[in-house]
Amino acid sequence: MAYDLSFAKDVYENAEEGHWIKMCMQCGVCAGSCPLGPHWEFSPRQLFQMIRAGKAEEVLKSESMWMCVSCYHCMVRCPRGLPITHIVHGLARFAVEKKRADKDQVTRRFAKILWENMERGGRIGEMALTTKLYMVNGIPDGVKKGMEMKDQAMSMLKSGRLKMDPLHLSRIRGHAGFKAMLKKAREIEQKKRES
Amino acid sequence: MTKTYTFYPGCSSEKKASAANLDISVQSMCHILDIRLNEIKDWNCCSASIGYAEGGELPRLALSARNLGLAQKQSHRKDVVATCAACWLALRETNDRLNEDAEIKAEMDEVLQAAHLTYDGSLRPRHLVEVLIEDIGWDTLKEKVKKPLTGLKIAGYVGCQTNRPFGVCGDSFENPTYLDKMIEICGATPVAFDKKVACCGGALAFSELEKVCGLIKDILQSAKDSGADLIVTPCPVCQLNVEVYQDKVNQMFGTRFKIPVVYYSQLFVAAWGGSWKQAALHQQIVPANVLKRFVR
Ligand code: SF4
Ligand code: SF4
Repeated sequence: MAYDLSFAKDVYENAEEGHWIKMCMQCGVCAGSCPLGPHWEFSPRQLFQMIRAGKAEEVLKSESMWMCVSCYHCMVRCPRGLPITHIVHGLARFAVEKKRADKDQVTRRFAKILWENMERGGRIGEMALTTKLYMVNGIPDGVKKGMEMKDQAMSMLKSGRLKMDPLHLSRIRGHAGFKAMLKKAREIEQKKRES
Repeated sequence: MTKTYTFYPGCSSEKKASAANLDISVQSMCHILDIRLNEIKDWNCCSASIGYAEGGELPRLALSARNLGLAQKQSHRKDVVATCAACWLALRETNDRLNEDAEIKAEMDEVLQAAHLTYDGSLRPRHLVEVLIEDIGWDTLKEKVKKPLTGLKIAGYVGCQTNRPFGVCGDSFENPTYLDKMIEICGATPVAFDKKVACCGGALAFSELEKVCGLIKDILQSAKDSGADLIVTPCPVCQLNVEVYQDKVNQMFGTRFKIPVVYYSQLFVAAWGGSWKQAALHQQIVPANVLKRFVR
């Protein structure tokens, strides 16, 4: 069978730290390291092999990358020194850019809500973040989720570790510059993708 | 003599945020050690270990680059100290990338310009634990002990990001010893704890709580099996996940865990004769009552 090398090339050149995948020797040490291992459809080792074999759709649509808990076990163990955590993160991002990642994938959705919460004022507002997370499937479901989590929320409030700040309207002083900076960074990335 | 450092607290250490107990106990600890932490003015969030998905590479790295740029502008000091594992990791990763990758560095110069900042890559992001060990030293940490926590059995839970990928003071990734040493210095007994470097699920507690509760259960079970009275950790994500979801774990698995989870900073403040409030022990969710007999 002839391998389609165009997908591999795309990953090597355009996914964060993707070029490292060439160096993988398929030993499987990473595969045994993921704490949520049983929930990975394909282990990091398998993902890297599939990329080399040109299996674009299977890789990009897989939920596997979204199971990464960023524990860095793989990274300190890989005999070839691959920055696996960042490669896996890079593949998740790559799947988003290629519009193949499921919009409703729970961790992808969480990442989006967190980023928006953070960008709006420059810092995270934890109460607004969790409220938005509960409400993501509509209000009835949100109320149900809120009820399920009410003990946790109440204990956080009572211990003085959750601020009553559902709207999260505060801004860092240099917020205009902060926004301009992120806009610039996105522009540069966009330009690179197009070239 | 006062030792002064530039300080990046991060979102969870803000007033009344989820790691308020870390921040308060860190401030008390630093007060006792005569360390001054100068907060970077107008810092922003680092997007922790989940920023990659929505932010991508350059915008994500820009977050920490801005903080480093601010630190450089506001002080001549080279060290930037973080207390949150994810914040420290983000600062270090960004700093390394800027130093190793000329293309990213050039792009970042342009990006930072939009915020009227520059950053040359010369600062040194450090974890507060490194400052304690390298700059203060074990002997001083030990000399401060007034109320040795004799008889307490403690599981030292190092977790992930305070340990990997960078490590603390060259300690082992698979079996780091510094936290056990801290426990010992406080007069308590570190137990053999086989989930010492296991993952609590990190940010995925927000999206995959059921899967993550499995990890938390294993950590609690291991602590219990080892006979620990409490768990101590340097990481705000570990502390939060393992403490706040104990009820969920108990519901899911029919267990009956009720194990306090405190920060190393709370432990030090307690052993150094600080008050319950100075150690922020009133802000625990699972009350750390086992410490009551030592702390005023
Ligand atoms: S540990 Fe490294 S070399 Fe081994 S399979 Fe994983 S990525 Fe490849
Ligand atoms: S960092 Fe991610 S890919 Fe690496 S072992 Fe942990 S979960 Fe697996």
